[in-house]
Amino acid sequence: MTATNPTLNPAGGASAPPAGPRPAGRSSARAAQTRRKWYEIVGLTTPAIVVYVMFVLVPMGFAVYYSLYRWRGVGPPTEFVGLDNYVLAFQDPIFLDALRNNAVIVVGSLLVQGPIALAVALLLNRRFRGRTVFRLLVFVPYVLAEVTVGIMWKLLLTDGGTVDALLRQLGLGGLVHAWLADLDIVIWTMLFVLTWKYVGFAIILLLAGLSNVPPELTEAAAIDGASWWQTQRHVTLPLLGPTIRIWMFLSIIGSLQVFDVIWVTSVPAVRSLGASATMATYMVDNGFFARLWGYGNAVAVILFVISFIAALLFQRFLLRRDIEGAITGRTN
Amino acid sequence: MPATTVPSPPAPRRPWSWANPLTYALALAVAAVSIAPVVYVIVGGFRTTPQIVADPAGLPDPWVLDNYARVLTESDFWRQAFNSAVIALGTTLGVVVLGVCAAFVLARYTFRGREALYTFFTLGLLFPAGAAILPLYLMLRDLNLINSYYAVILPQVAFSLPITIVILRPFLSAVPRELEDAAAIDGAGRLSFLWRIMLPLSRPALVTVGVLAFVASWNAFLLPLLVLGDVDLHTLPLGVQNFSSQYTSDTAGILAFTSLAMLPALLFFTLAEKQIVGGLQGAVKG
Repeated sequence: MTATNPTLNPAGGASAPPAGPRPAGRSSARAAQTRRKWYEIVGLTTPAIVVYVMFVLVPMGFAVYYSLYRWRGVGPPTEFVGLDNYVLAFQDPIFLDALRNNAVIVVGSLLVQGPIALAVALLLNRRFRGRTVFRLLVFVPYVLAEVTVGIMWKLLLTDGGTVDALLRQLGLGGLVHAWLADLDIVIWTMLFVLTWKYVGFAIILLLAGLSNVPPELTEAAAIDGASWWQTQRHVTLPLLGPTIRIWMFLSIIGSLQVFDVIWVTSVPAVRSLGASATMATYMVDNGFFARLWGYGNAVAVILFVISFIAALLFQRFLLRRDIEGAITGRTN
Repeated sequence: MPATTVPSPPAPRRPWSWANPLTYALALAVAAVSIAPVVYVIVGGFRTTPQIVADPAGLPDPWVLDNYARVLTESDFWRQAFNSAVIALGTTLGVVVLGVCAAFVLARYTFRGREALYTFFTLGLLFPAGAAILPLYLMLRDLNLINSYYAVILPQVAFSLPITIVILRPFLSAVPRELEDAAAIDGAGRLSFLWRIMLPLSRPALVTVGVLAFVASWNAFLLPLLVLGDVDLHTLPLGVQNFSSQYTSDTAGILAFTSLAMLPALLFFTLAEKQIVGGLQGAVKG
C-alpha cells in the first residue's frame, strides 16, 4: 500500500517524479493532497486519543502520584510519605489475605472453568437438534449483570436458604454450611459463584474456536477410523490451542481485578476480616469508603503492576504467537 | 477456462439429527445448572416472604402478583431503568463513533507511526479498568463531573475503545481497495468514502461492537457506585443492590426486583445473541 492513491498518480510509482508538462502544479497538488491526508488523520483520531489518554492513561499516572502521600482527599496532597503506603499495604494481614484470595481465584478459575468449559463446548459443538437452544441457555449467566448474580446467590446461599433446604431434602443435610459467614469456606463459595457466572464466557470462546476447525479434518479422521473421542483428542484439541490461551489470558486478568460479584455476594463484615476480600474490594473499602486516598491509590498501583506483569509474562511466554497472528499480523 | 471446471454443487449439508440420549441428558444437566437459579428468582418473585421462609425451595402457592406490581409502581425501578438506558446508549454512541473514526484511519491510511498508534490503543487491553477507579473518581471530582451521566459515559467509552478498535480495524481493512479507487475516480474524498461505502458495508461489525459496549455499560457496577452518589441518577445495578440492602427482610420483593432488573438483559441477549457471540468470536480471531 503506497501513500498516494495509485489511480490519482497515473504517471508512475511514488518514487519517480512525474515528468508532466506542469511539474510545479502537479507537485503542489500533491502537497495539498498530503496536507489534506494529515488533516483527516489528525481530525479522525484526535477525539479517540484524547478520551483514551484522559480517562485510561492519565488516571494511572495520578495514582502513582497520590500513592506517595498520606492524604484524606481534601485539598491538594501535601504530606509526602514516600513509599510508606506500599510498605503498610504489604504489612497488613488483610491485604495479604486479599492477595492470597486473588491467587486462589486466578488458579481456581483456570483449573475449574477450563475443563468444564472444554467439556461443554465439545458437547455443544456436536450437531444435534436443539443445540441452539442449549447454547443460548448456557450463556445466560454470562449476560446477567454481576450485581444480579451476586444478589441471587446471596439469597440462595444464605443460612437456612434455598441451597440448604435443597441439600436437606436430598438427605445431604450434613453438607450444610454457613456458606457466606464461615471464614474458611467463604472464598470457595465466591469461587463457585464466579465459576457459575463466567464459565459461559469460556464456552462462548471455545465454541468460536471450534467453529474454526475445518470439518474436513475431523471427517478425514473419522474416515480413517478414529473414534469421536480420538478425533477430539488428536485433531480438535491441538487446533484449539490459541483460543484456550486467549481465554486463559482474559481469565487471569479478570480474576486479578474481580470486584462486583465479591462486593455484592459477600458480607461486609466477612470481607473486612479478609476472608473474602480481593485486592479490588480492599482498595475500594480503604480508599473510597474509609477515605484513605493515598493508601488506596498505592493499592491501586500494586493491583495495576501485578496485572500488568501477569499480562506481559503471559504474552511473552504463551500468547506471543497468537497475538502475532491475531492482532499485529493483520495489517495490510 | 476449461469446460471441466463447472462449479460443483455445494456439498450436501449433513441433516441435523437427533443425538443419542446421553448427549441430551448431559446438555439438559448443563442447561439446568445454568438457568435453575434464574428460574428460581423469577418464580420466587411470585411467592410471599412468609412462603419463602417456611419452605425456601418450594413453588408459589398461591401465585401472587403483588411483589412485581409493588416494584413496578412504588419503587424507583422506572427511573433507574431510564438512567441505565441513557448511560448505555450514550456509551454505545460514543464508542462506535470514536472507534470507527480511529479504526478507519488505522485501516485505510498509510502514514508514519500508524502501527505505533495501533499498539498504543491495544495497550489499553492490558489496563485493568478496576485499578484506575480511585484516581478516575478523583479526576472526575476535580472536573466537576461527579453525579452526572458523563461521569459514567466518558470513562466507559475510553475503556471500550481498545477492544472496539481491535475488532473494527480488520473489518475496515478487508473492504477491497478497488472500491476506494472507484470512489476516488468518481470524485469522492476519503471521508465520503467512509460515510457512504465503508459504514454501510461494515454494519455487522458496528452492531457487534455496539452491542458489546451496550451490555457492558448496562451491567456496570463499580464506576456508577463511586461516581453516582445522587440517588436520582442511580442505574439499575445500583438500584438492585440498594433495594436488597434496604429491604433485607422483604425477600420476595428482592426476588421480584432482581428478576425485573435482569429481564432487559435477557431480552436483549436473545435478540442480539448472534452479535454478542460473533463479537467475542471476532475478538478471538483478531
